[in-house]
Amino acid sequence: MQLGSKAGYAPATMPLRNVFGEALLDVATDNPRVVVLDGDLGNSTMAETVRKAYPERFFNLGIAESNLVGVGAGLAACGLIPWITSFSSFLLCNAYDQIRLAIALSNINAKVLGSHGGITLGKDGPTQMGIEDFALVGGLPTFTMLVPSDPVSMRALVKLATDHVGPVWLRSSRLPLPVIYDEESTFKIGQANIVRQGDDVAIIACGIMTAIALDAAADLAAEGIEARVIDLLSLRPLDVDTIVAAARDTGAVVTAEEHLLTGGMGSNVARVIAQHHPVPMRFVGLADTYTESADPADLLVKYHLTADDIAAAARDAVAAKRAQG
Amino acid sequence: MLTDLELQLKSIEYRATILRIIKQARAGHTGGDLSSIDILNVLYNNVMQVSPATFADPNRDRYVQSKGHCVEALYTVLADQGYFPQEELDTLCQYQSHFVGHPTRSVPGIEQNTGALGHGLAVAGGMALAAKLDGRSYRVFTLLGDGELAEGSNWEASLAASHYRLDNLVVIVDRNRLQISGNTETVAPLEPLHEKFAAFGYAVREVDGNDPAALMDIFNRVPFEAGKPNLVLANTVKGKGVSFMENSVKWHHRVPTDEEYATAMRELDEARAKLTAQASEAGQRRYPVHA
Ligand SMILES: Cc1ncc(C[n+]2csc(CCOP(=O)(O)OP(=O)(O)O)c2C)c(N)n1
Ligand SMILES: [Mg+2]
Repeated sequence: MQLGSKAGYAPATMPLRNVFGEALLDVATDNPRVVVLDGDLGNSTMAETVRKAYPERFFNLGIAESNLVGVGAGLAACGLIPWITSFSSFLLCNAYDQIRLAIALSNINAKVLGSHGGITLGKDGPTQMGIEDFALVGGLPTFTMLVPSDPVSMRALVKLATDHVGPVWLRSSRLPLPVIYDEESTFKIGQANIVRQGDDVAIIACGIMTAIALDAAADLAAEGIEARVIDLLSLRPLDVDTIVAAARDTGAVVTAEEHLLTGGMGSNVARVIAQHHPVPMRFVGLADTYTESADPADLLVKYHLTADDIAAAARDAVAAKRAQG
Repeated sequence: MLTDLELQLKSIEYRATILRIIKQARAGHTGGDLSSIDILNVLYNNVMQVSPATFADPNRDRYVQSKGHCVEALYTVLADQGYFPQEELDTLCQYQSHFVGHPTRSVPGIEQNTGALGHGLAVAGGMALAAKLDGRSYRVFTLLGDGELAEGSNWEASLAASHYRLDNLVVIVDRNRLQISGNTETVAPLEPLHEKFAAFGYAVREVDGNDPAALMDIFNRVPFEAGKPNLVLANTVKGKGVSFMENSVKWHHRVPTDEEYATAMRELDEARAKLTAQASEAGQRRYPVHA
C-alpha cells in the first residue's frame, strides 16, 4: 500500500510518528520551556527523541494517564510548555476529566499529542485505536485541534501548536505518509489548504485520508471529474471561508476521515455547509462499528476508507448535484 | 487435575504455542506472555472451577485478565481447554478474525474486554461483589501487570475490595519488574509493594510465579484470611523459559526472527527432555485434589 502513488507522489519514507518525534525535538531545542511527558510509550509515540537529547525535560510518569495530564496541567500553570504524549485512546478515555477540567476549562497552555489516531495502527486492535478523538476533543471548546497529513505539515503544526497560547490537541498516526507539501507551503491554525484544484466536486479530508483523497482525485480525473482536494488540517477552528467557497464553486462535497462518522469531522463541515451554502454531500468514514486487528491496508478496505470509496462517494455527490439541475 | 510434572510440561507446550502464534501473527507481547503463562496454566488446569461446559453457569469461577496485552497466553490456554479449536489460534490478529490483539468477549471463554491497562481489577471486584450479593461461592481471579499498577484505578478498586470484604477476589500481580520503558523501579517505583497492598487491606502472599507447585500451594490457601481480599504477589521473570528473552525489556513486544524462533524452540525442547528424564528418575509427585 503506497498512499499517494496514483496521484504521483513519491513513496513515503518515514512513519508519521517518527516525523513527530523529530519535530518535537526541534521545538524542544528551540524553546527551553518545552517539557515532554510520557506514559511508558515514548518508543511508540516517538516522544523519546526528547528523552535522549534533554533527559532533564522529559518525564516518564509510567502507565498513569490521569496523572500524566494533571502533572502536565500543573507544569503549564507555572509557565512551562508541556507536550503530554500517549496514545489518543488512552489519554481521552482514561483522562478525559483531567483534560476537560485541568486543561480545557482552565484554559491552560498545554499541548496534547494523541498518537496512533485512526485504525491504521494495525495489529494491537480496537482497544488502542483512536477513532473517537475528533468527537471527544470536539467536546472541549477551548481546544485547538490539529491533524497533520504529511511530514511537512506535521513539522509545521507541531511548531504552531507549541507557539500558540492555549490548549492544543494534535493527532499523530503510524503509517508512513507521502510528502504532499513543499517548503513554500504555508500553515496557520484555522487554515485549510487546497492541495489539488478542481471545480466538479470538493473532497475535504484530513490526516491519512488526504493522500488517499488525492489518489481518488487522480482516478476521477481519468473519468473527466476534476476534484478539488482540501486538506483540512485544523479541525478547530474550522476554515469556514475555504469550506464555503468549495461548496459554492463545486456544488458537491465529500468528506473523508479516519474516524467515526458520528461526531466526526464530516458532521462539522456539514454544519458549515448547511448554514452557508447547502449542496449535496457524501461522507467517508467509519460507520458505527469497532474494527479488528489486521494489517492497515486490509482494514482500510474492509472499513471503506480507500480511494475507491472516496471516488464512489464523489461520483454519487456529482450525480446528486446534476439531478438537482 | 494435573501433576506437578504435567503442569511443567504444559507450561513448556504453552510457551511453544505462544511463540508460534506470535511469530505467525507478526505481533504479540512475548515477554509478558512468558512471565504469566505458569499462572494461567495452574489457574485453568488445576484451580478454577470453569470449563467450556460450565462457562454459562452463574456459579463458575471467573478470570479477568487486566494485563490484556498478553492475550496470546490467554488464547493459548483457552484453546487447550477446548473453548475453541486449536487451529483458530492461527488466525490471531489476521484480517476478519475475532482473535484480536486484546481479550474480547467475542472469543469463547473470555469474560471481559481489557487491553487498556487499569480496568480489570475494578470489574473483577464488581463480579466478586455480585457473588456476595447473590450468595454464590464462586471466586474471581484477576491478573495485573506490575507496570499497570501505576494506574490509579487499581488503588481505587483496592479501597473498594477491602471495604466490601471481598475474600472471594484473588488479585494476582505479575511482578516481572519490567514495563515498556524499563524497570518499574526506575520508571514509577512501586516498592515497598507488599506493604502497600497490605496497607490497602489485602491479605498478601508472595510466591515464585513461575513455579507451578508453589502457585498450586498458594491458590489452595484461598481465602488467605476471612473478610480480606487476596493478593498474590507473583515474582516472575519476563520472557521466562527462553534464555535470551528473560529479563530483557526489548522482548516486551518483539516478534522473534526465524533464527531466534528456532533457538527458542530448541531451548524448550531441551527443557522438556530434561524434565522427562528427571521425572523417570524420581517418579511422579502427585498433588492433593483441590476441594
Ligand atoms: C491505559 C493504557 N496505557 C498504556 C498502554 C500501553 N501498554 C501496553 S503494555 C504496557 C506495559 C505494561 O507493563 P506491565 O503492566 O508491567 O505488563 P507486563 O510486564 O506483564 O507485560 C503499556 C504501557 C495500555 N495498554 N493501556
Ligand atoms: Mg511488568
